[in-house]
Amino acid sequence: MKNKLFEKYFVFSPYFWLVLFFFIPLAIIFKISISVSEWGMPPYQDIFLFDNGFKINTTFENYVYIFSDYYYIGSFVNSLILALISTFFCLLIGFPLAFYIATSNIRLRNILLVLVIIPFWSSFLLRVYAWKIILQNNGILNVILLNLGITSEPLQLLYNQYAVIMGIVYTYLPLMILPLYGYLNKFDLNLIEASKDLGLNRIKTFFKVILPLSVPGIVAGSLLVFIPVVGEFIIPEMLGGSDRLYYGKILWEEFFVNRNWPGASALAFSGIIILVLPIVIFQILYSRWSQKNEI
Amino acid sequence: MKSSLIKSAVIFLGLFFLYFPILVLIFYSFNENKRVMVWKGFSLRWYNELFNNEQIIESFIISIKIAALSATFATILGVMIGYSLVRIRKIPFKSFYIFLSSTPLVLPELILGLSMLLFFISLNNVIGFPSSRGQLTIFISHVTFCIAFVAIIIQARLTDFNKNIEEAAMDLGYNYSRVLYKITLPIILPSIIAGWLLAFTISLDDLVVASFTTGPGANTLPIVVFSKVRLGLSPEVNALSAILMFALIIIGLFYFYFNKKFKH
Repeated sequence: MKNKLFEKYFVFSPYFWLVLFFFIPLAIIFKISISVSEWGMPPYQDIFLFDNGFKINTTFENYVYIFSDYYYIGSFVNSLILALISTFFCLLIGFPLAFYIATSNIRLRNILLVLVIIPFWSSFLLRVYAWKIILQNNGILNVILLNLGITSEPLQLLYNQYAVIMGIVYTYLPLMILPLYGYLNKFDLNLIEASKDLGLNRIKTFFKVILPLSVPGIVAGSLLVFIPVVGEFIIPEMLGGSDRLYYGKILWEEFFVNRNWPGASALAFSGIIILVLPIVIFQILYSRWSQKNEI
Repeated sequence: MKSSLIKSAVIFLGLFFLYFPILVLIFYSFNENKRVMVWKGFSLRWYNELFNNEQIIESFIISIKIAALSATFATILGVMIGYSLVRIRKIPFKSFYIFLSSTPLVLPELILGLSMLLFFISLNNVIGFPSSRGQLTIFISHVTFCIAFVAIIIQARLTDFNKNIEEAAMDLGYNYSRVLYKITLPIILPSIIAGWLLAFTISLDDLVVASFTTGPGANTLPIVVFSKVRLGLSPEVNALSAILMFALIIIGLFYFYFNKKFKH
């Protein structure tokens, strides 16, 4: 019976930590997002008032405010588009790479996999910084373009949305490759041969055999890239210009510059609902489903 | 023949894309010139300046301290979650447990950082603690989002290995805790080390959450580096990059060595 105590300890220690330091903070974001804002410190009113009897003092004003202003919605849409484009390019580069690594012989495969993921271990911030150096007006890319005679004067490559996409695709690529490789690795290469023997050409083999079998990997990799990119703050801040505002930036400014805590909380909570909740529900359903199928 | 040529080309171009920026960064760290982009000659000047830069050295020590501590706590709690999810049948509100232990993986850092900061401020209003933010609050936040990464690694390892070994040991008269220490722990130990290394690196590298939860006397390395390169380039940061990339890549290699999942 001693083990029961042990199990309780194992389950409840992290349970306690995560409820206290993860769930309650999320609840506080929600609480502040429905509070009435005011000047002062903290810049919002309590949601329970006791001075003239008990009164609940909540409002949806903050949500109305951010959802009726194009500044906020536009930024969120910009972020979604950015995430969509970046995910697409990660897939475009990541898929062939993952496919060819998975079809290499075993020894080479492990070396290549480590080589692909190792850059992911080096500092995120510094990898973004590296692109700042490459894309400078007198940076290495402009020098190459000038010497090849493609342009006659240095191009402004930095501080625009294209630089942001470049930086994101570069830093998030390993997140796409890893799950893709995981699924492609399991898959029986003889299927490709079989499909060729049955008379399908390369293109048909790709669309009828390889692609359908790698759908779970594509979904997993795309989610791993898409969601964090929507909330990305550092890359647009380092490589982007003023041509486009993104969700991360306006959330940061709403909090630190405008000091509108309820507004920032409403933005953050909307982000959770729109972005994260569908995926979490999907995950829980999926894990239940796979457990059931095991038994 | 043609297809193997395409294959080599794709792999070569992919690796070139991944490593080119890192090589550029290392190359420019040896530039004598104060203006980063204009090559003047080979020199170790900026490495010298880096080691004499108190602000960077101090922040580096703070970062290492926070990363080591939060990785240790996150590993302990993450191992507990991984073990619970695979081996313990009765978890109250299991869906909620899964939600708590997996959401930090997908939640944008910015939202996590904001929620932690508002939590610490509210906590201070209610119980008067923490009176100011600093290394402690960064530590708590880092533990919170590193737990999930460790839990996944441990969960994968425990799912892989055969439960029969544990049951056999029990049949032979080992009690519960003895099985845990003599059988389960040695088998998952490499994954525990791998989890610790991953948590350590994530904490060391985090800028966004630390920016929200930082306070006086708690400027971590990424915060200092970001303030230096947000608007321009810095030759000292180039030198730092070269050293840090090298160190982190070594840690990464250790991670692969310990994480059995990558051995086929």
